Amino acid sequence: MSLHTACRLFQKEVVLKLTGSQILLECLRLEGVETVFGYPGGAVINIYDDLFSSSIKHILTRHEQAAVHAADGYARATGEVGVVIATSGPGATNTVTGIATAYMDSIPMVIITGQVPTALIGNDAFQEADICGITRPCTKHNYLVQDIRDLPRMIKEAFYIARTGRPGPVLIDLPKDIQVASMSFSYPETVNMRSYKPTVAGNDRQIGKAAQMILKAQRPVLYVGGGACLANVSPELLQLAEVLQIPVTTTLMAMAAFPGNHALSLGMLGMHGTYFANMAVTECDLLIAVGARFDDRVTGRIDAFAKKAKIIQFDIDPTSISKIVRVDLPVVGDLKSVLTVLLEKLRALPQEIEGLIEQTSDWRQALAGWKKTHPMTYKASDSVIKPQYVIEKISQLTANDAIITTEVGQHQMWTAQFYGFCQPRTFLTSGGLGTMGYGLPAALGAQIAFPQRQVIDISGDGSFQMNSQELATLVQYRLPVKIAILNNNFLGMVRQWQQLFFEKRYSQTCLELPIDFVKLAEAYGATGLRTERVDEVESTIQQALATQGPVLMEFKVSREENVMPMVPAGKGIHEMVLAS
Amino acid sequence: MKHTISVLVENEFGVLARVSGLFSGRGFNIESLSVAPTLDPDTSRMTIVTRGDDRILEQINKQLNKLISTIKVVDFTGEHYVERELALIKVTAESDSRAEVLRIVDIFRGKVVDVTPRSFTIEVTGAPDKIDAVLELLTPMGIKEIVRSGPVVIGRGSKGVTG
Repeated sequence: MSLHTACRLFQKEVVLKLTGSQILLECLRLEGVETVFGYPGGAVINIYDDLFSSSIKHILTRHEQAAVHAADGYARATGEVGVVIATSGPGATNTVTGIATAYMDSIPMVIITGQVPTALIGNDAFQEADICGITRPCTKHNYLVQDIRDLPRMIKEAFYIARTGRPGPVLIDLPKDIQVASMSFSYPETVNMRSYKPTVAGNDRQIGKAAQMILKAQRPVLYVGGGACLANVSPELLQLAEVLQIPVTTTLMAMAAFPGNHALSLGMLGMHGTYFANMAVTECDLLIAVGARFDDRVTGRIDAFAKKAKIIQFDIDPTSISKIVRVDLPVVGDLKSVLTVLLEKLRALPQEIEGLIEQTSDWRQALAGWKKTHPMTYKASDSVIKPQYVIEKISQLTANDAIITTEVGQHQMWTAQFYGFCQPRTFLTSGGLGTMGYGLPAALGAQIAFPQRQVIDISGDGSFQMNSQELATLVQYRLPVKIAILNNNFLGMVRQWQQLFFEKRYSQTCLELPIDFVKLAEAYGATGLRTERVDEVESTIQQALATQGPVLMEFKVSREENVMPMVPAGKGIHEMVLAS
Repeated sequence: MKHTISVLVENEFGVLARVSGLFSGRGFNIESLSVAPTLDPDTSRMTIVTRGDDRILEQINKQLNKLISTIKVVDFTGEHYVERELALIKVTAESDSRAEVLRIVDIFRGKVVDVTPRSFTIEVTGAPDKIDAVLELLTPMGIKEIVRSGPVVIGRGSKGVTG
C-alpha cells in the first residue's frame, strides 16, 4: 500500500467515525427533528457540547418535567414526534410525570436520558437512577444502550415505535461512556422487528358488517375519542357524520376533532358532558366508537352505559377492544384506512343511505329537542366574573381559532364545555393522567411549532403554580403565549367534590395565600394584567392579544362556582346533576 | 380457570421485567413462571400459569402481544399438550423411614440425587398433580426443603410453536 493510499484510508476513517453523542444528533437530524426540549447535566454534557454547534434547535426549559410537556405539546399540535433530552438521576426521574402523561394520551415522543457509565451501573453512582425500570410501565418501549453498535438501530426503532400503531413515548437511556465511544456511522434505512408489526388495514368483512349495522340503525351515535385526533381523521369523520346524518359526541381528548358548532355535534359526553350527549348515548340503539377507550370518566357506571345499544368499536389497539365494555363488532386497524374503506362501502349504497337518513329523522329531532330544553349553560352575573364567561369571551375574541392548552381541574372542564373548538389539534390537554402543570409548558411547545399562531394556556391558580417557572422560558425565547388564570383561590375541582360529597369540609383545598400573579409575571419580564370586574374581561383579553410577547391575565372569578352538569361517581351518565 | 400460556420473546435486556411488570401492574395473577432461551439464543420462551375468567385471559393475551419484545403468545388451554414440572425434595430419612421413602420414590419413578445419613434429596418430574401427590405422601416423613420449577409445556403433534 502506498503512503498516499494509506493516508486516504486513514482520512476516510477519521471522517466516518463519530462519537455516540454525534451519532445521536445525526440520527435526530435524519429523522427530521428540528427542535428538541431539554435540560443539561453531567451525564449528557457530551451531547450538549455537540448541540452547541448543531443545526438542531434546543429549547431550555426550567424543569425537566416541563421539557417533556413542551415536547408533548409540540407533538400534539403538529403530529410529529416530540424529542426530549435530560440528564441521569434526578433529570431522568423529573421526566416521569411528563412521560406518563404522554403515555396515557398516546402521544408520540422520544426521550433521551443520560446514564452513568456502563461500568458504574448498579453501583449507586452519583446521579444514577434505573430509569428504564422506572419508566417501563409508562413508556410504549424503552432501551438501555449497552453497546455503541446498537445505537443507530435503537434510535431508528424508537422513532418507528413512537409514531406507528397506537403512538406513545419511547425512552432511550444512553450511558456516558457510549456517548464518548466512537464508531463508523451508518443509519439503517428500514426497521426490521419481527416482534412489532402494527395492524394498518382493517378486516374488510368486519368493515362490511359495520356498514350493514349502521344502515339498520334507528338511533345511531358516533362516539369519538382521542384516536381520531392522532390518526388525523377529522375530514373522514365529518364526511361520515354528514353523509349519514349521524350525531357526534366527543370525549375530552377529541373535542377539536369534530367542529363544536356543527349541527350534528353533541359536544362532550361523560362526567361533565352535555345533557344531550349523555342522553343520546343512553338512548341510542347503535354506538359507533371511533378511537375511544371507554374511560371511566366517560362511561360512569358501566352497566348503565349504552345498554340499549349495539356497539361497534374502531381502534388500532386490540387491548382497547372490549376492555371495559363488551362490544358487538370490533374492527382493529388504522382509523384513516378503516374509515376510508367504510365510507367507500357506504357510498356504494345511496338508496340505503337515504333510507337511513329517513329512519333516523325522529332521533335527530329528539336530540334537537333535548338541546333546546337542556342547553349547556351557566348562570350569568353582572357583579362577579363567571369563569365560563371568560372562556366564552376568549373563544369569541380568537374566533375559535387559537391553539388552547389547559391544566387540570374546573377550568379544563369549562374550556371543553364553552370554547367551541373547530379545528383539529387546537385543544391540548392532559386527559388520561390528568396532570396539573401540563398547560403552560405544552403551550410553549405548541408556540415553538407554530410561531405565528395564537396560543393560549387557560389555567387555574392551583395548576399554574405547578410549572409557573416556565414563564422564564417564554420570555427567554420571546414566545407570545397568553395565559388566562381563572383565579378562585381554591383547588376548585376537589373543593367542588368536598362541597357536594363531604359536607363542605374544605380540607386543604383553599389556597389562602393570595399570590400577586401580575408581579410574578413582571418578575420574569412578562406582561401581567389583572381584573375582577365583569365589564373589564373583554378589554383585558383584547389588550393581552394585542400585546407582544408573553402575557399573563389574572381573572378573579366567582370562588365557589361548580362545573355542571355532573355525573356523581358510581352513577350512570343519564343520572347527571344539572345544577348545584 | 387455570391457563398455561407460552410466550416467545426477544431475549434482551429487561424482557422478564416487562412481562412480570405487566402482570403485577394490571393486577393479573401469576401462579408460576419459567423461562429459558430457545434453540435460537436471541429468543426466550416463557411458560406462565395464570388464572382468570375469559375477559381477563383475553386481556392477558392481548397485553402480552402488545409488548414490543413479544414475538408470539399461545394459550394451551383446550389444546393437546404435554406438561412437565421438576421438583427437588429434601426429605428426612432416618433408619426407620429410609425404606419407605425409597418405596415412594420408586412408585413415582423419582430419583435419589443426594444422600446423607439423615436425609434423601429426591428428583421428581411430571405433571404438577403428580408432584402434588408425591409431596402428600412424603409430608408425613418430614420434608426439610422443596423447590419446584413450575411447569413447562409443549404442544402434542408435529407442529411446533416458532416465531
